[in-house]
Amino acid sequence: MVGLAAAFGSGAMTNSIAEIEDADCIFVIGSNTTSSHPLVATRIFRAIAKGAKLVVADPRKIQLALKADTHVRHNLGTDVALLNGMMHVILKNNWHDQQFVEERCEGFEEFKQLIDNYPPEKVAEITGVSADDIAKIAEYYAKAEAASIIYCMGITQHTTGVDNVKSLANLAMLTGNMGKESTGVNPLRGQNNVQGACDMGGLPNVYSGYQAVNVIDNQTKFESAWNAKLSDQIGLTIPFMLSGLSEGTLKALYVVGENPMVSDPDIGHVEKAIKNTEFLVVQDIFLTPTAELAHVVLPGTSFAEKDGTFTNTERRVQLLRKAIEPVGESKPDWEIIQEISNRFGYEMNYESAEDIMKEISTLTPSYGGITYERLQGDGLAWPCPDKEHPGTKFLHKDKFARGLGLFHAIDYQPPAEVVDDEYPFWLSTGRVHVHYHTGTMTRVSPTLHAEIPEGKLEMHPEDGERLGVRQGEKVKVASRRGEIIAKVILTDRVDVGVVFMPFHFVETCANVLTNPAHDPIAKIPEFKVCAVKVEKAA
Amino acid sequence: MDYKTVLTTCAYCGCGCGLYLEVLDGQAIGTIPSKTNPINEGKLCVKGWNIHEFVQHPKRLTKPLMRKNGALVETSWDEALDYTVSRLKEIKEAHGSDSIGFFASAKVTNEENYIIMKFARAAVGTNNVDHCARL
Repeated sequence: MVGLAAAFGSGAMTNSIAEIEDADCIFVIGSNTTSSHPLVATRIFRAIAKGAKLVVADPRKIQLALKADTHVRHNLGTDVALLNGMMHVILKNNWHDQQFVEERCEGFEEFKQLIDNYPPEKVAEITGVSADDIAKIAEYYAKAEAASIIYCMGITQHTTGVDNVKSLANLAMLTGNMGKESTGVNPLRGQNNVQGACDMGGLPNVYSGYQAVNVIDNQTKFESAWNAKLSDQIGLTIPFMLSGLSEGTLKALYVVGENPMVSDPDIGHVEKAIKNTEFLVVQDIFLTPTAELAHVVLPGTSFAEKDGTFTNTERRVQLLRKAIEPVGESKPDWEIIQEISNRFGYEMNYESAEDIMKEISTLTPSYGGITYERLQGDGLAWPCPDKEHPGTKFLHKDKFARGLGLFHAIDYQPPAEVVDDEYPFWLSTGRVHVHYHTGTMTRVSPTLHAEIPEGKLEMHPEDGERLGVRQGEKVKVASRRGEIIAKVILTDRVDVGVVFMPFHFVETCANVLTNPAHDPIAKIPEFKVCAVKVEKAA
Repeated sequence: MDYKTVLTTCAYCGCGCGLYLEVLDGQAIGTIPSKTNPINEGKLCVKGWNIHEFVQHPKRLTKPLMRKNGALVETSWDEALDYTVSRLKEIKEAHGSDSIGFFASAKVTNEENYIIMKFARAAVGTNNVDHCARL
């Protein structure tokens, strides 16, 4: 999101899901769309049926790769090099949109000079993708009337995550694939309300609607609305909160509906941090591994037991409606926080979720026109500044949110950890189609559990043969941070020298292995690349 | 028998598909895709089709828990809330507002995220609020 905000002025999916089916070229990079966002994949299949070209860049032979016109398997963590190589070809052949670049963008000259250094032959050496394939995918993307980029955590969960995103923004601006139907740079958000949690200011640097906490006008506005003295110091991100707990500078942690004991990198480090917490409160619907370590566990309710709104990956705010009574004595999460706040001495008197939305819309310009009444039906995509505004289908139509789109000149940098003699395999992590995040919701579902009951390591059959491991046998996987035992799936979905592990399963917890090294700006850990060794388990 | 369907929004991935929960005598027993929702247009994925299965699972937390003599035991809301508030107050007084951190959540509603960050910022006085957008 930081990368898109820097380039365009707004960090969200630029276009809507429905528009994807009318693109002429769809470039999917770092998104296993059929597994993680099946209903977006539906639109991709419809586009193919209408004649669109599909380009997939993914180290794994994911399901979409089988449908692609071209699938390139670049080496892990070489996205910037691949994209620079594509843009080199585009500039050399004059396939770029000069008018769009001149009228709508800035920073082009410096960017162009850098791109000179990425001829396809050199990029082929870095990425393992042939110069011909680089030229081909560049041509597909650049020559399409409307080309749409779709990406997900395969782009962002790198130490160069922000660079990767900025490179995608460069590619879209260079070819004028911005601000019109069926184009854009489209991050698919992994969790149902991750967009909403960001929009609502669940971030250390902003109030709702991305209003910075260190801008005095915002601070005064919220101080007067909330009748409280507010801090202008940017707060800590999760990785820094965890190290603060380890070091003892952070004493108490209040966790709502998150499970860092499975979801965060280098679990050994997380466990040490959590166990060192003087006071830990966890508010959740299940006794997660994180909740097991808490001093107080407060039972919240699921989506089925309350009213409220979620904001999806295309910025659409939609209603959820209470269908059943809360299970046992559980309560909607907003009621719990309100009761705590009142006992704490800061009064809150909301009678319903709708009451809260009324306050949100008065203080949050992009949600200004959102009311429960208007959300009946299809919902509304922000920006929706006033009660008459119909919502916004795609962003940056005549001008970017920041004014001019900004090109960034970005050099390729290798991942934080690379393979060596001791740790010779590249490990990447991701999702499987029947499970969701840390598995707390899907693994208790009998139908979904029956499909995939455990986490297994994907490995190429040639590597299996070399290690003397047969299908389904157990291996020990170790990184510099920890080790796990898991069964193997021998498959050519992964390349020789690469292994893959889903991260949903606490017993075979992939995040024992992953590297907490993170992007310097976005602080996203490098889940998608680390070095491991694999041997047959005794 | 009391049967109803309630239109709502799927809580798994970021697609935000529209679905009806089928409710029989207070139990969520099935899921039906919404045909008019602009995202899923009558379709659902395997997770969506089975989303009713986790809702009333026996493993759901039904009461507040508190750690007593090393073990988490069931307690009343009053005790759990009062204890939580007293500990947060003590820690704030002894070590300052910024010694407390909050994880908001990509799983709960907009309204709930707003309330969490308002509590952290206005009541506790810290901007230590984050959630797993990065994960």
